[in-house]
Amino acid sequence: MNETHHLRRMTTIWVILSIAADLLGWFVLGPHMPPGRMTETAYHDQIDFNILLMVALPVVIGVWVYMGYAITVWSAKRAPDPVGGDAARGNTRTQVLWISITSVMTLAAAAFGTWALVVDHGSGGGEGPNPIWAPSGAAQAETAAFSPNSGWTPGQALPVQVIGQQWKFTYRYPTFGGFETSQLILPDNATIVFNVTSLDVIHSFWAYQLGVKADANPQVNDVAYTETKQLGSFMVRCSELCGIWHGAMYNSGQVVTPAAFQSWAQQTEAANAANTKLLPPFAWTYVPDANGANGGYYPDGKATPYSSVEVYGSKNPAS
Amino acid sequence: MTISAERPVATSGGATTTTERVSWTQRPGIWSQHLGTAIVGAIVGYLLGHWLGNAIASSYPYIQNSGQNVIAVTLGEIFGVAGWLLGIGALNYPLAKMAGRQPGKEVDVQGWSKYFRYSTNHKTVGLQYVVGVLLFLFTGGLLAMAIRTELLNPTTHYFSADTYIKIVSEHGTVMMMMATSIVVGPLGNYLVPLMIGSRRMAFPRIEAFSFWVFTAGYMVIFSALPLGGFPTGWTGYAPLQTQAGPGMIGYLFGFAVIGMGMMAAGFNMAVTIINYRAPGMTWSRVPILVWSLLATSALLTLATPTLFAAGVFGLLDKTAQTAFYVNEHGGSAYLWQNLFWFFGHPEVYIMALPGFGIVGEILPVFTRKPLFAYKVGAAGMIGVALLSFFVWQHHLYQSGINPDMRPLFMLTTELISIPTGFIYLVGMGTLYKAKIRFEIPMLFALALYFNFLIGGVTGVFLSDVPVNVTVHGGFFVLSHFHYTIMGGLLFAFMGGLYYWLPKMTGRMLNKKIGLWHFWTMFVFFNLTFFPMFIIGLLGQPRRVFTYAKNLQGLNDFSSVSAFLLGFSFLIFAFNMVYSLWINPQKAPANPWDSRGLEWQTANPVPSYNFERIPVVLSDPYRYSEPGAPAVADLGDAGLVHAAPQD
Ligand code: HEM
Ligand SMILES: [Cu+2]
Ligand SMILES: [Cu+2]
Repeated sequence: MNETHHLRRMTTIWVILSIAADLLGWFVLGPHMPPGRMTETAYHDQIDFNILLMVALPVVIGVWVYMGYAITVWSAKRAPDPVGGDAARGNTRTQVLWISITSVMTLAAAAFGTWALVVDHGSGGGEGPNPIWAPSGAAQAETAAFSPNSGWTPGQALPVQVIGQQWKFTYRYPTFGGFETSQLILPDNATIVFNVTSLDVIHSFWAYQLGVKADANPQVNDVAYTETKQLGSFMVRCSELCGIWHGAMYNSGQVVTPAAFQSWAQQTEAANAANTKLLPPFAWTYVPDANGANGGYYPDGKATPYSSVEVYGSKNPAS
Repeated sequence: MTISAERPVATSGGATTTTERVSWTQRPGIWSQHLGTAIVGAIVGYLLGHWLGNAIASSYPYIQNSGQNVIAVTLGEIFGVAGWLLGIGALNYPLAKMAGRQPGKEVDVQGWSKYFRYSTNHKTVGLQYVVGVLLFLFTGGLLAMAIRTELLNPTTHYFSADTYIKIVSEHGTVMMMMATSIVVGPLGNYLVPLMIGSRRMAFPRIEAFSFWVFTAGYMVIFSALPLGGFPTGWTGYAPLQTQAGPGMIGYLFGFAVIGMGMMAAGFNMAVTIINYRAPGMTWSRVPILVWSLLATSALLTLATPTLFAAGVFGLLDKTAQTAFYVNEHGGSAYLWQNLFWFFGHPEVYIMALPGFGIVGEILPVFTRKPLFAYKVGAAGMIGVALLSFFVWQHHLYQSGINPDMRPLFMLTTELISIPTGFIYLVGMGTLYKAKIRFEIPMLFALALYFNFLIGGVTGVFLSDVPVNVTVHGGFFVLSHFHYTIMGGLLFAFMGGLYYWLPKMTGRMLNKKIGLWHFWTMFVFFNLTFFPMFIIGLLGQPRRVFTYAKNLQGLNDFSSVSAFLLGFSFLIFAFNMVYSLWINPQKAPANPWDSRGLEWQTANPVPSYNFERIPVVLSDPYRYSEPGAPAVADLGDAGLVHAAPQD
């Protein structure tokens, strides 16, 4: 059989399978791909995933078709004469073609990923303390965080602080007096500014359906943005190993209507007022007191002197 | 220098014709230095260090809730390793030199007992490494079975949360340590001198040292369990690291010790490949496995020091109360993440390149074709090695570390898949119009191409920052790296064993059992790990003992497949025992009709490898080429001709 014949057969199989797989991937699987469409970020992440899938499927299928073809047609049982000598050592055209195609594909993927990252304001990933791809309203939300009675009105960005600690997440709403709760309730159709930090080890705040993931580092304010689009509940899991009960570090949150959010926030603020008074004032990060859980947490800059007791426990006598 | 591999005379039966003094440590028999004295040395060392630690630092902090003095544990570990090395005799030569005495002669002991001694013969070390890495692999595998058992059910627990996380951490660390050396150690040490036409490795003592340090690392990392385990996974992130109990010492010191072995092995390998090639073994004739090991050794020597330093910093934080990783005192937990991954990403290519090299050797032999695009393949390996130093922060996209660098790391990570893809160009090109023989090594090589494709393509998904938001820290990543490391490197290693053990042991591995082994491993590997992509996409984080109820079906499927995958390793173990001891079948001198130089040596390979240093005449891949020259002129043994034409 001549060269073009093999190639033509393989290409035909490849094209048919690839088109079928891509159609299936885009129209059947695509809309259900994680993380869903609950937020603008999630939606973009999903589209990104699907676009990569559209490219990946033909690549995978291409290699598999080729290998399958080779295994069946070019096996020793069927005993063709293998091509030997210089002809088989490397055909320059094939090599150049291969390198060009893979280069273009990967560079395109990098360019597309960068574009998506920038337009989607960091794609819901933790951007550290000084985000560079902030959505409009983000700066205002950061300022509002330090005026405890500014509340929230539809159209504004809402700052929410996520505090990870072994082994739970709690949430502070700085514009509602800075109350702290273990419930994460968000208004629909709003830009949310998550300020993620930790009191002890590294955790990772993963709000699955929101398409948000940001590591919770002690003494770091890791900022992530999203924009809610649908009502409903979502799952929060810790996605960075944080010790024994890491696996149990999950809860769920809810996106509710703006009105429902406002009444919930105001009620909780009032109900928690007594507790909130005992909390350290709102700050981007907190440093544990030397007495750990027995003491309180102090805002940054007021760290108490180091105590080895805190790290190592009481000194035992020599054995 | 008194390394026997250098002198073709006087090696038979351990007898020596020179008048040099043979020290008692080298004598055959029980009253000398061997595994037994090493064990005694390790135990005595540990006890001594532990005692010393308590003596000098009795008022020092005890680790919370453990009743252990960190200084005592650390010194115990250090002295234990020193005792192990002293006991086996690794330090005889340097100590004698330092004391200004003439070191005793080192004898190439014959017989099975050489495998339990400090041997400087690269072939003995290679076989020692085979046993060493398999020990790592099987103990790590048992831990994996425990993990999949726990994940059978989200609410019924077989282990406590505490035990579970320690099992996970131990499994990951042991496997990663094993994977650093799984090819470089056994196949690299054994084959590289044979492939490049050398009588030995450049630094035989360093080579032996790397093996005995590797085994010491095995003991140190397992000592973490009796010390209470460590909860950080193989990545060991601070501050969890700082918070953890004495088992963490086992992790930190374990990586430092393994790191010493890696640096030693890599350095030795690089120097050997560069300087010990036979005449005519030009760079364009160097076998592709040797190229891959050269690239790997570059990574071993350049990336591992970072790991070593990172580990030592951690140890200092724990013992001397420095604050490298302690935010509150001017250190930074980010520092660990950066150091760890600055090593960690080159490390993943340490675990990939040797596999590419192995399949590159296997394909031409079983397709009867030259290796396609050999030069591109070699260049790709070097390219990967270089680029792998510039991508480490793709592990830290969501960490909050310099977010403005993300586009750059996305770019470099995407770029690295170009040279990684060359391995497919080489492989697919070689398959073109071939004459494929489906022997066991070939099946494993083809399986690498199948598996690694999934591993590599999912890597591109991971490197896309927006997609990474969903998949980072979850089962998707877990599956990605099992596809690359297990589906790639481990399959290649198995193929390599079936391919080269006949040379190394003189016995053929049974083909029928081999087929069972291959097919069970291939099928159940995919059935175990493919569902994990879906599990990850559906929101299950890594290293958890419980998960959403609706994921139980997939998890159970994966667990049951994992048990069957574990069973396939028993088939492999059985095949080893059966073919090497129960029913040994003598291997023909060149069972696969390979042109490789390593197959042109006598069988079994004499301890000095070549009667005289061969003159290399051609590259080893000129199959199906009428009139191709012999691969080398072997001198006394006569001109060895090309493998028979088919
Ligand atoms: C095509 C080439 C590859 C690309 C583009 C790629 C990309 C990535 C990315 C972006 C991550 C970070 C995922 C995350 O944590 O969010 C990752 C993780 C990982 N990759 Fe790859 N990878 C490639 C090949 C490999 C190879 C060849 C190996 C090993 C043989 C490997 C082993 C790993 C490991 C071990 C991790 C996870 C480490 C951990 O978090 O414990 N990868 N890869
Ligand atoms: Cu966690
Ligand atoms: Cu990496």
